[in-house]
Amino acid sequence: MIHSLFLINHSGDIFLEKHWKSVISRSVCDYFFEVKEKAVDPENVPPVLQTPHHYLISIYRGKLFFLSVVQTEVPPLFVIEFLHRVADTFQDYFGECSEGVIKDNLVTVYELLEEMLDNGFPLATESNVLKEMIRPPNILRSVVNTLTGGSNVGDTLPTGQLSNVPWRRAGVKYTNNEAYFDVVEEIDAILDKSGTTVFAEIQGVVEACVRLTGMPDLTLSFMNPRLLDDMSFHPCVRFKRWESERVLSFIPPDGNFTLMTYHVSSQNLVAIPVYVKQNINFFETGSCGRLDITIGPKQNMGKTVEGLMVTIHMPKVVLSANLTATQGNYTYDLTTKVLVWDIGKLNPQKLPNLRGSLSMQAGAPKPEENPSLNIDLKIQQLAISGLKVSRLDMYGEKYKPFKGVKYLTKAGKFQVRT
Amino acid sequence: MSASSAFNDEKGGSSSVGEPEYGHDPASGGIFSSDYKRHDDLKEMLDSNKDSLKLEAMKRIVAMIARGKNASDLFPAVVKNVACKNIEVKKLVYVYLVRYAEEQQDLALLSISTFQRGLKDPNQLIRASALRVLSSIRVTIIVPIMMLAIKEAASDMSPYVRKTAAHAIPKLYSLDPEQKDQLIEVIEKLLADKTTLVAGSVVMAFEEVCPERIDLIHKNYRKLCNLLIDVEEWGQVVIINMLTRYARTQFLNPNINESLLEEGGGGEKTFYGSDEDEDEDEEEKEKKAEVAAMAKRKPYVMDPDHRLLLRNTKPLLQSRNAAVVMAVAQLYFHLAPKAEVGVIAKALVRLLRSHSEVQYVVLQNVATMTIKRRGMFEPYLKSFYIRSTDPTQIKVLKLEVLTNLANETNISTILREFQTYIKSMDKDFVAATIQAIGRCATNIGEVRDTCLNGLVQLLSNRDELVVAESVVVIKKLLQMQPEKHSDIIKHMAKLTDNIQVPMARASILWLIGEYCEHVPKIAPDVLRKMAKSFTNEEDIVKLQIINLAAKLYLTNSKQTKLLTQYVLNLAKYDQNYDIRDRARFIRQLIVPTEKSGALSKYAKKLFLALKPAPVLESPFKDRDHFQLGSLSHLLNAKAGGYQELPDWPEAAPDPSVRNVEVPEWTKCSSREKRKEKKVEKPFYSDSEGESGPTESADSESDSASGSESGSGSEESGSGSESEESEEGSESEEEEEEEEEKDKKKKKKELKKPVPETESEQSSEEEDRKIKRKSKQRKSDSESESDEDEESESESSQSESEDSESEIEVKKKKKTAEMKPPSKPVKKETKKEKKEMSLLDLDDFEPAPSPQVTPVNTFLSNSLVTDLEGLSLSDSVLSPATIAPSSVLKNYELLHRITGEGLSVEYCFSRQPFSPDANMVAVQMQFTNSATSDTKNLHMEDVKLQSGMRVKEFPEIELLSAGETAMAVMGIDFCDSTQAANFQLCTHTRKFFVSIQPPVGELMRPIFLTENEFKKEQGQLMGMNEITEKLTLDAKCRNEHAIVQRVTTAANLSRVPCGSDKECRFAGRTVTSSSLVLVTVATKEEGAAQLTVNCEKMVIGTMLVKDILLALTQ
Repeated sequence: MIHSLFLINHSGDIFLEKHWKSVISRSVCDYFFEVKEKAVDPENVPPVLQTPHHYLISIYRGKLFFLSVVQTEVPPLFVIEFLHRVADTFQDYFGECSEGVIKDNLVTVYELLEEMLDNGFPLATESNVLKEMIRPPNILRSVVNTLTGGSNVGDTLPTGQLSNVPWRRAGVKYTNNEAYFDVVEEIDAILDKSGTTVFAEIQGVVEACVRLTGMPDLTLSFMNPRLLDDMSFHPCVRFKRWESERVLSFIPPDGNFTLMTYHVSSQNLVAIPVYVKQNINFFETGSCGRLDITIGPKQNMGKTVEGLMVTIHMPKVVLSANLTATQGNYTYDLTTKVLVWDIGKLNPQKLPNLRGSLSMQAGAPKPEENPSLNIDLKIQQLAISGLKVSRLDMYGEKYKPFKGVKYLTKAGKFQVRT
Repeated sequence: MSASSAFNDEKGGSSSVGEPEYGHDPASGGIFSSDYKRHDDLKEMLDSNKDSLKLEAMKRIVAMIARGKNASDLFPAVVKNVACKNIEVKKLVYVYLVRYAEEQQDLALLSISTFQRGLKDPNQLIRASALRVLSSIRVTIIVPIMMLAIKEAASDMSPYVRKTAAHAIPKLYSLDPEQKDQLIEVIEKLLADKTTLVAGSVVMAFEEVCPERIDLIHKNYRKLCNLLIDVEEWGQVVIINMLTRYARTQFLNPNINESLLEEGGGGEKTFYGSDEDEDEDEEEKEKKAEVAAMAKRKPYVMDPDHRLLLRNTKPLLQSRNAAVVMAVAQLYFHLAPKAEVGVIAKALVRLLRSHSEVQYVVLQNVATMTIKRRGMFEPYLKSFYIRSTDPTQIKVLKLEVLTNLANETNISTILREFQTYIKSMDKDFVAATIQAIGRCATNIGEVRDTCLNGLVQLLSNRDELVVAESVVVIKKLLQMQPEKHSDIIKHMAKLTDNIQVPMARASILWLIGEYCEHVPKIAPDVLRKMAKSFTNEEDIVKLQIINLAAKLYLTNSKQTKLLTQYVLNLAKYDQNYDIRDRARFIRQLIVPTEKSGALSKYAKKLFLALKPAPVLESPFKDRDHFQLGSLSHLLNAKAGGYQELPDWPEAAPDPSVRNVEVPEWTKCSSREKRKEKKVEKPFYSDSEGESGPTESADSESDSASGSESGSGSEESGSGSESEESEEGSESEEEEEEEEEKDKKKKKKELKKPVPETESEQSSEEEDRKIKRKSKQRKSDSESESDEDEESESESSQSESEDSESEIEVKKKKKTAEMKPPSKPVKKETKKEKKEMSLLDLDDFEPAPSPQVTPVNTFLSNSLVTDLEGLSLSDSVLSPATIAPSSVLKNYELLHRITGEGLSVEYCFSRQPFSPDANMVAVQMQFTNSATSDTKNLHMEDVKLQSGMRVKEFPEIELLSAGETAMAVMGIDFCDSTQAANFQLCTHTRKFFVSIQPPVGELMRPIFLTENEFKKEQGQLMGMNEITEKLTLDAKCRNEHAIVQRVTTAANLSRVPCGSDKECRFAGRTVTSSSLVLVTVATKEEGAAQLTVNCEKMVIGTMLVKDILLALTQ
């Protein structure tokens, strides 16, 4: 299956290589570099490439390419999903997945890769199991290790792999037992020029942070599970129980994890929390343009819209922007041609407005298309679909845990066409 | 470079340095940066006695490897440390060894003995890791050692070691393919393994070593299907892909009817039909009539194993792992009947919200699917709309999908979308959109003109790329109906002055040449201009100029003769071989000379023949012959190691190959089975009935496509399987196995004369079991199943008493209708019990007494109905028999004072609540001690926890002063002790009341034999078992008292027990029918131990408390 892995940074340096079978020369990456050169934008590099003797399957995460080499037929998604799992693991271990962090923890990273694959086939990918074998670094431990000559390799054997709940490590102990759930919903929408909704849907995810002693068996139920249309679960969720009773019953992994993702059934109309009035004009003569954007609240269930931000990818000919914002401030990046207007909290009494002129390259023809606006926003304590957690029960352990549920609505891919 | 990298190496590993003179000494890293020096220093560290130094050195070495630097010269120094005590050092040494062993084969051999020792370690994890490293060392000389180790590990006790063995197989195979045959043996053995841990890895090995040996799968097919949901994600992907291939070779095309209808091949249909009939004839002689009738009605009957696969993979569409979802999707696409494929669309659309790489792969597959099954994705059309922020490659793929989805009804929305895309700043995307419009226009006649007009407008676009693309597409569209569009051709002719993109110029020239009759005035002029610029044109344009010239020469030679000569002369001296060639060829054809052959007469026909319009096709058109989701599909080229997806067979191979024989199960099942069951139970499913083996049994009943079909041997096989899975108490397991075998032997001997009936019986037995199970869940009366089983084992154990049983049977027959099976809670003597079991036996269980064959056959026909009738009547009658001997405890619901004269008491009557078996019956007693009458006594506003239900008592219209009335209500507590709150209303007042059940009332007694009890207990170990020590109350030291107190505390029935030191009780929870087993073992001086086994841990814990209280006070 997966033969080798190369980690490549933005500028094209290979800074880590790992081979699970015999060694493949790093020159195989040259094919990749060639394509990358052509693609200009790293996002446009095709994830699967064919070379005379190998296949290269890559992902782009955190400004890094994870490039795996495959020699025979393998489902491409298998490799892609695995590579993302590797990136997730790094994120989980080191807090971020970047070149610097990986270079700083090169040995740990190498050990992780060693455990995650055996002969190219995934062996241990559950973060709970991995953490049992290779402890994540932290300052305290590195100090202790320096003093005592200890190590960050667990001296216990990975018993988690033998357990029937491979996602949970054994012998978990906490003084404060707590279970927190975040219901985060994202609105993906496309609005057209006139403000009518072309397409809108709600994606949700239930993120959990569970720190409970022992082997708790949790049951999470919703007030209105009928809202949920399509979902995917963490393997710990008992699917049959969900099918029959519409409750999430599971023995949770220790720590942070994604319990489920869901999609709200499309019959329900999606409430769009803000409206946008925009007017962007480029004049045929005089190489300038006008821009006028106003944002107001629409359906937000009485909550305040926060973290409001508008991002516009301007046409290349726009040289500079001379605008005034009634609220927040704007920046225009001359190299990437991205205009960002950071508004903050939306005040319904005084609607934020951004207006002014855009100056364009002299002599260049006026752009045909107006740039579309990407909107970012947050609403605390509200799940826009109306989904509510009704209760969380714990079985199997005797103590009383702290429980909490938080709701958050965000804009996902929220785009206004102009 | 080398200096800085050396310094980095230094830094990379120096986080925990013990000895500063090595670690931080600038001399070792910074100044003496030569490789020799540095490696010397590492060697020194490796040779030292301190683990911390070794660790430090190893870390630096591994960091070097990670960076791709050569560290092979350290091999001797490193390999010495292979036996180091420090785990981290050891691990790093392993890493090093695996990396460089191939290059230093001789030295690597030094380490082998360490691993060989490790293979014998008592700790399974050490055994596994030793095998893992040993098999990763690619040294040919150790192949025999590896082979031996793998073979040994394959039969290791620990499933983890067996998993590692499975991983080692492909490693050894790649090292030495000669070992294939031996490895296949190991694979075969491991395929039979029943643990989820091994399944994924061994199928992986199978796919790498011997994917062609599909026959190895037969016996394991059902097991794999059933285990699938509990295998780890990566294993699931591999298994599903393999099973897709398997199913393609073993089952019939579920869409055969449709595809035949499409082809209109009626003859073939009968062929299939008859063939199937034959098959069935062979298989099931007795049920022939039934099945034949079925077959006539519906020629295609899905193989139950095929159905099993579809059913068991479906939940995996909900996996968080995109690869698993894709695997299931392709399985459904390739294997499911058309009507069922739709379920995958939703899941695939979900994947579109994932990372862009995932989107890329999924969209490729969706594009292929949309060509064949457009309807499936139509509801999700909008999910494929394109955002300006999508990467171009995603945009293009989405466009492809949208184009495939376009039809008459949605084309207007799609075109409106396309309209916005055309204005995008991403020009590659715009070009793709124009092509997409072209394809929509060709596919859907209604919009052709609209599209064409739109495209013509694009010709005045400022961007040349857009114009060029439009020209190319317009050319293709015009070819369909050129006569109507001569003005468009004229317009395009004008474009030659401006447009520079070669492909577009070529297209225009071709168009003018082809339709020069429509534009007779313009065409020669265009040729004139082109002749002028000929030398500066690109090759494809030149070729088209020659073409144009030739065509004009043939139609309008007067005006263009000279021009053509000129162009041909220019072409004659062109640098390009093709152009020279073409010029020569055309000259010969069109310019008449003396020598010109016969062909020139036909020149006009040759050049101006009517050309068929091009078909604009999706590039994904024929990709579905590759297995979807595969690398080959994505690349549209066969990748190395790709296994062709076979075509459906014309006639299904013998399905009986998947039947698992009895002896195999007995051999390997008992021990592992139990283990596996125990391990997986909590995750597999919540109720026992859904566990693996039963499911497979279930499927067989499905196969019966009616009542009972399928071959006899098959049924008997799985029958015993499910039987065994239910068996297996830990302590008795060995014995039982023995017993089991003995029994079977005996049975065989006994049954030799009538083997047919035997298998039939067992099949029926099984069927009934299934029925019973399902019914048990539904009606939940007194759980006959257990009794049933007990009787079964009982009877087979007492073969000697068969004659007796026969008599009993007859007796029973007579009394069958009038007699409810009496089930006294306590059974004093063994004799009585036996009798009882035998009574039960002939109620439902003719099978185990083979001598009474005639009775059996007589019974078997109507068995199912009999059974149903019996269990129904049972549920009504049984309450009387189980009524507890102890006094019922009354609880107060409403006090006389708060109730203003109305007082209400309730008790748990322990009677089944007849309207709903899942409810606990609550008997209420209303007493009106006030002076006035109370009217309209009823309940209202019931507040319940989720899942709970209440059946209200019928309204009491009048309760006169001083009178008492009774009513019964039912509450489904959902196996929790949450209170049910409601309002008790009279005609004047409302009272808030609540009923909270003691945990003991949430169950109902069931009858188990001692053996069964042990078996069940054996399956409820670990978390499900709670044990408490206690000292018995002075008054309650005899058996009777204990029984009395326990049955008062909980609604359980006593289980007969051989030892007088133990009292056992059994019951099931009312709602979920989870078993509750209680054991009180007495010791000297009132000491005792209480054990409660219950699937529901909460119930178990509370029950322990209650019983403890009852026994100690």
